[in-house]
Amino acid sequence: MADNESPANESPPEDEGDVVLSELDDGDLLIQMHDDLYDGLADEIIEGVNILLERGWEAYKVLTDALVEGMRIVGIDFRDGILFVPEVLQSANAMKAGMAILRPLLAESGAPRMGKIVIGTVKGDIHDIGKNLVGMMMEGAGFEVIDIGINNDVDAYLAALEEHQPDILGMSALLTTTMPYMKVVVEALKDKGLRHDYIVLVGGAPLNEEFAENVGADAYCRDAAVAVEIAKGFMAKRQGSAAAAELAAQ
Amino acid sequence: MTRTVLSSASKEVVIGFDEPFVVIGERINPTGRKLLAAEMKEGDYSRVEADALAQVKAGAHMLDVNAGIPMADEPRILAECIQLVQSLSDVPLSIDSSIVEALEAGLAVYQGKALVNSVTGEEEVLERVLPLVARHGAAVVAISNDETGISQDPDERFKVARKIVERAADHGIGREDVVVDPLIMPVGAMDSAGTSALNLIRRLREELKVNTTCGASNVSFGLPNRHHMNAAFLSMAIGAGMTSAITNPLHGPEMAAVRGADVVMGHDPNCKAWIRAYREPAGDGEQGRGGRRGGRRRRSA
Repeated sequence: MADNESPANESPPEDEGDVVLSELDDGDLLIQMHDDLYDGLADEIIEGVNILLERGWEAYKVLTDALVEGMRIVGIDFRDGILFVPEVLQSANAMKAGMAILRPLLAESGAPRMGKIVIGTVKGDIHDIGKNLVGMMMEGAGFEVIDIGINNDVDAYLAALEEHQPDILGMSALLTTTMPYMKVVVEALKDKGLRHDYIVLVGGAPLNEEFAENVGADAYCRDAAVAVEIAKGFMAKRQGSAAAAELAAQ
Repeated sequence: MTRTVLSSASKEVVIGFDEPFVVIGERINPTGRKLLAAEMKEGDYSRVEADALAQVKAGAHMLDVNAGIPMADEPRILAECIQLVQSLSDVPLSIDSSIVEALEAGLAVYQGKALVNSVTGEEEVLERVLPLVARHGAAVVAISNDETGISQDPDERFKVARKIVERAADHGIGREDVVVDPLIMPVGAMDSAGTSALNLIRRLREELKVNTTCGASNVSFGLPNRHHMNAAFLSMAIGAGMTSAITNPLHGPEMAAVRGADVVMGHDPNCKAWIRAYREPAGDGEQGRGGRRGGRRRRSA
């Protein structure tokens, strides 16, 4: 393969030789996997996940310590402008490759989940890069993500909520002409008395906090990393109050 | 798909229709640089050394080496400069001279497969340069002018290019080893220079199926804000199918245009090179980028 396959022959990355994952102890392997997620190396993540499972790790522990932690680091650097969209998409793809191995094991073991989110772009809007990124970062953070795609009308959202019973509804819009539709969805939830069953998060380039408040959402998420942080915050509160309610009932 | 493979002792660069655009650094050239010319003539190559390193650092994939100094021993100086540059960097070189003896001296010491710059459509030049290129297994830049000079008619320039490609074949040099320079004229002197260059680049690619190169800064001759004019031309020329240029990689607008065009052409997967070139550098005392701690792994693929 030619050296100019990527045009930047300038400053080649430092190369510390090939790493043999199976020779690393658990701690070093985790650190290496975080770096491999950072670099978007799907094959290496698959290998790392398999090694940890062979060493007797629970799928849930592999998920949280290797994948979720690695994606947390990616999220921070994305938020800080150190990583860019193509890089985060590669990281997310590497994470998904690892998740594909873990998913059936997690389902078997009934491992706890961070929470469940239904996410989709609103009616009239076909933009989905940001929405997909949020979905992948959420999955990376341990959420179960049901992505209902683009161009969703009220009925599509309500049907998905009914079917999947998520904790969170995420709505995305990239156009000033489509973003008011979020209010239509929230109003529909109110009419049906369902508004308080879900945490409603909204995002998209033309939105801001004021808009989110105006449509009656719980929060505006500036980017995918922020969305994960906010979702986690709401889940902690929700679980906290659920636990409190349980205590009170005893 | 035409691929021109150039190499040094340890590195290969490919000029091709589906490859990232190849920037050939033009700085090692005493033409119009009095100080450099005087130093080179005296055997002081410190500036050659600095120019080589700076251009590679700035993103040049290849370097052009020219030692065209009046009243000097050009073959010897060119050969010495080539050896020096090859000892400093592993990028392949373009050996640049209008004197056949100098090309020969350069090729004799060159390690790898060089790009010979250049041959024209003139009978005498063709018959002297092409055998040399064939003997050394090199590639060659074909300048589309002949005895009658540079034609203003792009069709004539196309015919000259075709003649050179055919003659090269007679000498056993395949079309993949002929990189045609369509001769970019200054738009400041002729309004149609830009469109006729773009048309010619398209024809050279589609009909003659050859790679192309040019001295991109010619286009902006005599105009203000030349770098941005060069950048506009480069982007459009790449869109039309041009695959390399001999230019100054130290100029930001031109390099941004080339990198941006690579992204738009789909030749920079995941915008990797673009991001690498334009990511804000890490602050002092910070190691690597952000949360990444270890070294980069080599992809096993």
